[in-house]
Amino acid sequence: MRHVISILMENEAGALSRVAGLFSARGYNIESLTVAPTDDATLSRLTLVTRGSEEIVEQIVKQLNKLIDVVKVMDLAQYSHIEREMMLVKVGVDKSAACEAVKRLSDIFRGNIVDVSDKTYTIELTGERSKLDAFVNALKEYRIIEVVRSGSMGIARGEASLHV
Amino acid sequence: MELTGAEIFVECLKEEGVDTIFGYPGGAVLFLYDELYKQQDNINHILVRHEQGAVHAAEGYAKATNKPGVALVTSGPGATNAVTGIADAYMDSVPLVVFTGQVPRHLIGNDAFQEVDIVGITRPCVKHNFLVTDVNELAMTIKKAFYIASTGRPGPVLVDIPKDITTARCEFHYPAEITMRSYNPTVKGNKRQVRRAIDLMLESKRPILYTGGGVVLSGAAHQLTELTKELGFPITNTLMGLGGYPSMDKQFVGMLGMHGTYEANNAMHHSDLVIAIGSRFDDRVTGNIEKFCPYAKIIHVDIDPASISKNVKVDVPIVGDVKSVILDMLEELRARTERPDAAALADWWKQIAEWQGMDCLKYNQDMNAAIKAQFVVEKLWEATNGDAYITSDVGQHQMWAAQYYKFSQPNRWINSGGLGTMGFGLPAAMGVQMAFPEETVACITGDGSIQMCIQELATCLQYHMPIKVISLNNGYLGMVRQWQEFFYQKRYAMSYMEALPDFVKLAEAYGHVGMRIDKPGDVEGALKEALAMKDRLVFMDFITERENNVFPMIPAGAGQNEMILV
Ligand SMILES: Cc1cc2nc3c(=O)[nH]c(=O)nc-3n(C[C@H](O)[C@H](O)[C@H](O)COP(=O)(O)OP(=O)(O)OC[C@H]3O[C@@H](n4cnc5c(N)ncnc54)[C@H](O)[C@@H]3O)c2cc1C
Ligand SMILES: Cc1ncc(C[n+]2csc(CCOP(=O)(O)OP(=O)(O)O)c2C)c(N)n1
Ligand SMILES: [Mg+2]
Repeated sequence: MRHVISILMENEAGALSRVAGLFSARGYNIESLTVAPTDDATLSRLTLVTRGSEEIVEQIVKQLNKLIDVVKVMDLAQYSHIEREMMLVKVGVDKSAACEAVKRLSDIFRGNIVDVSDKTYTIELTGERSKLDAFVNALKEYRIIEVVRSGSMGIARGEASLHV
Repeated sequence: MELTGAEIFVECLKEEGVDTIFGYPGGAVLFLYDELYKQQDNINHILVRHEQGAVHAAEGYAKATNKPGVALVTSGPGATNAVTGIADAYMDSVPLVVFTGQVPRHLIGNDAFQEVDIVGITRPCVKHNFLVTDVNELAMTIKKAFYIASTGRPGPVLVDIPKDITTARCEFHYPAEITMRSYNPTVKGNKRQVRRAIDLMLESKRPILYTGGGVVLSGAAHQLTELTKELGFPITNTLMGLGGYPSMDKQFVGMLGMHGTYEANNAMHHSDLVIAIGSRFDDRVTGNIEKFCPYAKIIHVDIDPASISKNVKVDVPIVGDVKSVILDMLEELRARTERPDAAALADWWKQIAEWQGMDCLKYNQDMNAAIKAQFVVEKLWEATNGDAYITSDVGQHQMWAAQYYKFSQPNRWINSGGLGTMGFGLPAAMGVQMAFPEETVACITGDGSIQMCIQELATCLQYHMPIKVISLNNGYLGMVRQWQEFFYQKRYAMSYMEALPDFVKLAEAYGHVGMRIDKPGDVEGALKEALAMKDRLVFMDFITERENNVFPMIPAGAGQNEMILV
């Protein structure tokens, strides 16, 4: 099963490689990983998406907790939660017909065109992973030049939270 | 007062009560060594002959004392030479603080002379590591290193110190206490789980205690004995747990696992309740996991939550320190009116006695034939009254040491179990001897293993370590040869130690006493003679039967009840 795991860790050099190294050393899979400091600059929040049986994910959570730099871990699969990913797509719009169609698609998916040149549109889109997939699919007819995805971030709904 | 980084380093060691460190100098640590020179009355530095030896010696010191061992090595090759020892300590949960020199900060990342990213290299085999980037953080980092290494599940912590940090100055203040928001090991077991565990123990008909290195690390041998006596259950130890329970006691059924006893492995296989305490269900213990303990409920006490339900699904997990949990168990047990099922236990012991009747460790020493390694170990046990510190290398001799030296106290059996590092034995013995200068320390080794850290014989001379090296010389990489005999139709690929040195002359060249013993009748006398040489290292080269095998043995893929006996 797919699990979104949120990790709060000390914002210290090397902390990220401890997490990444743990996954490669123990043969766990990483589907995506995203990390940035939180409102408290001494802490980083990392969201990691992995797949595995319940036993494997239980081990992953335990092994993560065992890392000295890791302050707290939350397996969002245990909670009702919101998951979001952000994407930037650069599309070739050499023909004027493409301009229109790409703009329309972007609107339908509630994307924002954040950069325009003679030959390209760059669209920003945020949403669930499946929505981003669908958008990329819909753009296949046109000339996709570049896709950048942030990887998933997640947060639990309601009172549940991950904090120190 | 402002101190230099080098001064702070030594002050911190003193604050931590470190009396002995093992190391080897080089460019990046010259200021540290200069300070150690000035403070040699406070800290005894042992100069090894290879950095691997420094780390193993620190391990030996730690395993014998339960205090963190300390090693100091230079940057680059000094640091990489230390990696095997660090990985060894990681696998066996040995509390260790290893200091490595590093190139000055402004050169880091420049492929500078003798630069390696040792923090990166060791990340997967340390409990934690640090690169010190500010002299103001040096004292706190060292404090954290000792705290992390010695609490919770112990393990090695590496502190990488750039050379310019050792000359930079700052105000020195050593924190008395430390708390870390990201690291708070659980010591106290959950009361409800303890009650559930006791419920199961009282219901059980065929229970067994399966205890390991965690008992020794926790210093809980005494409490374990009390619990075992109170329950009347059979008890088995892992390789790492030997000495955690007195081997001569009648409730002890021997070591379990690949080379464990027939009775221990069968009792595990047929039990209805396995009480695992400070043991981690290693694959050398479980055999084929599909066939492991098919009838048993499992209680598991371990300080590391990640050890629990890692290999085997557990019914009652108890996260906590062995000593604390056993004390709670005793209290709970004594508060109950029920007692363990005496009739069921009597039947269980009868069954165990039948297995014991196989006498699986029996061997026959023909006094006119070659010496059996088992015989040497048994005679060593007798000659030392079962009371020596025994270190070992890795191979058949290690298994025979474990099977035939009946340990009665914890911290006396010092070997490399998890990593299985040949070369461990001699330097580990140095660490033990430094911790206990007056005690008998013997290193049981093989003709292959001893050559992996043989250079340390020079260290032993320099510091007058009267270690007794017991070489069980079979002229083979015996453990490898045994597998090749059983599973590769006797194709002895590279397991033959051609061109062995003359160990007697070698020992003498290093300034020690060498002895060669090749007749069974001479074993006892030679041991007595060597042990009487209280102030000399004696290298005893026992020429033993060449193609002797370790039995019992659980072959790969088999269950615990599927042992090869002869
Ligand atoms: C050639 C060879 C053959 C071998 N054959 C065998 C064999 O036949 N049988 C055998 O048993 N082993 C054998 N081994 C050793 C084996 O590889 C493992 O090292 C060993 O089984 C592990 O022992 P353990 O389970 O006691 O765990 P250890 O490695 O000693 O780990 C200790 C456990 O206790 C926990 N712990 C630590 N401190 C505490 C505390 N204070 N409180 C609570 N828990 C704590 C730790 O988290 C850990 O889970 C062999 C090794 C070699 C090299
Ligand atoms: C550093 C290292 N290399 C290789 C091995 C694999 N190995 C395990 S036992 C063994 C043979 C050991 O030979 P010896 O020391 O003579 O002991 P014996 O088995 O003959 O008693 C080898 C090569 C190891 N454990 N460690
Ligand atoms: Mg040999």
